[in-house]
Amino acid sequence: MARFALRRVLEFVPVLLVIVTVTFFLVRLAPGGPFDTEKAVSAEVRQKLEETYHLDAPLAAQYVEYLTGLAHGDLGPSMKKPSRSVAEWIWLRFPVSLELGVYALLVALGIGLVAGVVASWRPNSWTDYLPMSLAMVGICVPSFVLGPLLVLVFSLWLGWLPVSGWDAPADKILPALTLGAAYAAYVARLSRGGMLEVLSQDFIRTARAKGASEARVLVRHALRGSVQPVVAFLGPAAAGLLSGSFVVETIFQVPGLGREFVQAAFNRDYTMILGTVLFFATLILLFNLIVDVGQAWLDPRARYE
Amino acid sequence: MKNYNVSQLTLVLASAWLLGVAGCSSPSSTTAEGRDGGFLQVGNGDEPQELDPQVVTGVPEHRICGALFEGLVNLDPETLAPMPGAAASWTVSDDGTLYRFQLRPEGRWSNGDPVTAGDFVYAWQRILSPGLASEYGYMLWCIKNARAYNEGLLTDFSQVGVRALDDLELEVTLEHPTAYFLSMQVHSSWYPVHRATIERIGAMDERGTKWTQPGNHVGNGAFMLKEWYPNKVITVVRNPYYWNAAEVRLPGVSFHPINDLLTEERNFRRGRLHLTENVPVNKIEVYQREHPEQLHIDPYLGTYFYRLNVTRPPFDDVRVRRAFAMALDRETLVNKVVKGGRQAAYHFTPPDTAGYTCAATIPYDVEEARRLLAEAGYPNGESFPQVELLYNTSENHKLIAAAVQQMWKESLNVEVGLLNQDWKVYLASMQNLDYGMARSGWIADVVDPINFLECFTTGNGNNRTGYSSAAYDDLITQAAREADPATRRGLFQQAEALLMADAPLVPIYFYTRVYLMSPKVKGWHSNPLGYIPFKDLYLDGGT
Repeated sequence: MARFALRRVLEFVPVLLVIVTVTFFLVRLAPGGPFDTEKAVSAEVRQKLEETYHLDAPLAAQYVEYLTGLAHGDLGPSMKKPSRSVAEWIWLRFPVSLELGVYALLVALGIGLVAGVVASWRPNSWTDYLPMSLAMVGICVPSFVLGPLLVLVFSLWLGWLPVSGWDAPADKILPALTLGAAYAAYVARLSRGGMLEVLSQDFIRTARAKGASEARVLVRHALRGSVQPVVAFLGPAAAGLLSGSFVVETIFQVPGLGREFVQAAFNRDYTMILGTVLFFATLILLFNLIVDVGQAWLDPRARYE
Repeated sequence: MKNYNVSQLTLVLASAWLLGVAGCSSPSSTTAEGRDGGFLQVGNGDEPQELDPQVVTGVPEHRICGALFEGLVNLDPETLAPMPGAAASWTVSDDGTLYRFQLRPEGRWSNGDPVTAGDFVYAWQRILSPGLASEYGYMLWCIKNARAYNEGLLTDFSQVGVRALDDLELEVTLEHPTAYFLSMQVHSSWYPVHRATIERIGAMDERGTKWTQPGNHVGNGAFMLKEWYPNKVITVVRNPYYWNAAEVRLPGVSFHPINDLLTEERNFRRGRLHLTENVPVNKIEVYQREHPEQLHIDPYLGTYFYRLNVTRPPFDDVRVRRAFAMALDRETLVNKVVKGGRQAAYHFTPPDTAGYTCAATIPYDVEEARRLLAEAGYPNGESFPQVELLYNTSENHKLIAAAVQQMWKESLNVEVGLLNQDWKVYLASMQNLDYGMARSGWIADVVDPINFLECFTTGNGNNRTGYSSAAYDDLITQAAREADPATRRGLFQQAEALLMADAPLVPIYFYTRVYLMSPKVKGWHSNPLGYIPFKDLYLDGGT
């Protein structure tokens, strides 16, 4: 098991190296640089700024320098927000994205599992169609539509929840709902499918024959067998929730890393773009690893594939 | 059928949850007191990149620095006339090149140290240091030898025209009379900085040291930095050492970096902001109808215009440029498309800029425009080459570009393509003259026509059209050195008339600043610089 995990971790190195290399050269190829501004700066100032961040060196030399820094665990300074280094920015902002992601994951699982179980109780009846139609809507409606819609209803009409921010617990409800909704819809569909498969098995008939109540059959006997597709989905979902919250972070003014990343891309803050891409890439790899290890743990056959 | 049990699954979920919670040690302090304690809540656009007055470049940063620092001179928020600031008084020599400032003996930094003339000398040396590479260093070039020092041609700062005669007296020698020297002092590039703080944490000309972090930051303004939580809030509180602290009525100001206009407007509607940075265009009419008392439209010293690339056809022909400039129905544009009380622009410098209004205009004259275009070889727009109008990605720019495209089609029968680019790509295209027509805006840093007109001198970094006229350059150079206001205005008239005749640009409209403000905010005066002296504001019913 440990060897399996170790081998997977070693595989990270070439993958990350490719990601860094491609990102490094892609951002340099994009027109415009970090110090292009609407109001012109003098040639001397520009030159000095480029010297400060070694942008005047040949691209290959810059690349080697960046990799050397990386090998020493140094992501460099932020070119556009110089008061902190890239690593400090990530350290400062990521906990917020992580918190939002965890809440959204809870929303996804909580709503999704309940909806899936309810839908599978009487297939092809209204208790099936209603949650499944809602799930379809949840998958189809993008967060930049759902977010403002929720704000309109719960903040501006009903006045129950704040419009945006990230202070009080109430601030976190709408962003978590918005981000989690699409994932809840997937979880609902997956768990309904899993439930229907399990409910047709012999041991369920046995349970019913022994006189177990319908609720007991669904929750006690069928549910645990039906969550496997959901577990497999958790890895990509968690990675997606943690790295894909940019839109939600913008709508609700959540001070997370996703927003930082996109601002960096617009600002051509080279070091910040590279740092965040590298960080998110590591995160996604890590979550895939956790899922693989988890599955190997749950099912020994997977270890040898 | 795979065999695993619920407890294993619970364990996986629980560890994921713990992982989450462990990482979620976000500080939960902040704006509770800001919201309840009578703090002014301000929507402040983009997240500030720095709070170092000699490094910052953007409006959001300038606004916060204006609360944290004070220059020699303040402006009357209504008339923009110079008023005593860190300096209690000053004298000017008859030829307008020598200023002597008397600092306030009671002036203090937020740590209690006295504010001295040496602090100003230090700050100005700092911003002019080539090593700091300050993008606003040029603002100080009116000081004798400042430019040479800034460009590294002169290394001895004692030859630059600023010196402390004693702790409280500062002498400034200018290169030539500069009419707007005093009013420039509210710009953050002129603010003093606390030497001991900067050098405790880094070198004088080092960018991005931690001296601007809460706990380190020392300023001489009416407020001091309490908290900086990136992308969330920057809170400043009343500075007890400020020389006029007794008159400052706000206990503090919270600046919220909200760059999404719709989110900002929703926060205002919920009462979480007292003052916004902007208003979504489609909300302007709603507020005009339902809450006119909350909507504010102030004149703003800025011009929205299209640059024409004079280095390549068809805009290398002045007749084509003038034809395009004349064939626009700007009144329809500002009333039906742009809204927000914008004023149609028939020249470049906004009217009444420091008492100057350009007399020469580009008329709205379709007949003449068609005649000019025919003369240039394109009768009724025939065989006119494909040109594109470049704009940076924005709904508003797109709306205007589409309307203008239609107007040129109807009046001149020419097809103009629309091309939008992401901000940095757009900037690079303009810089490299890789465009035909490009949307632009210019917002003044100082209230003086020269701030607009010098943009189009030969080789100026803000020219970006390839336009070059020796006669124009000459007029601007003369105006820069002229002390007599009336003669100076005459020179500007000649220069701008020339500029409008050569038409390297098509003026579209003069900006207004459109924002929402709660009726609770008192002590407010609108002005065309968007200058907000927070020390004069207070909240009705607030503490």
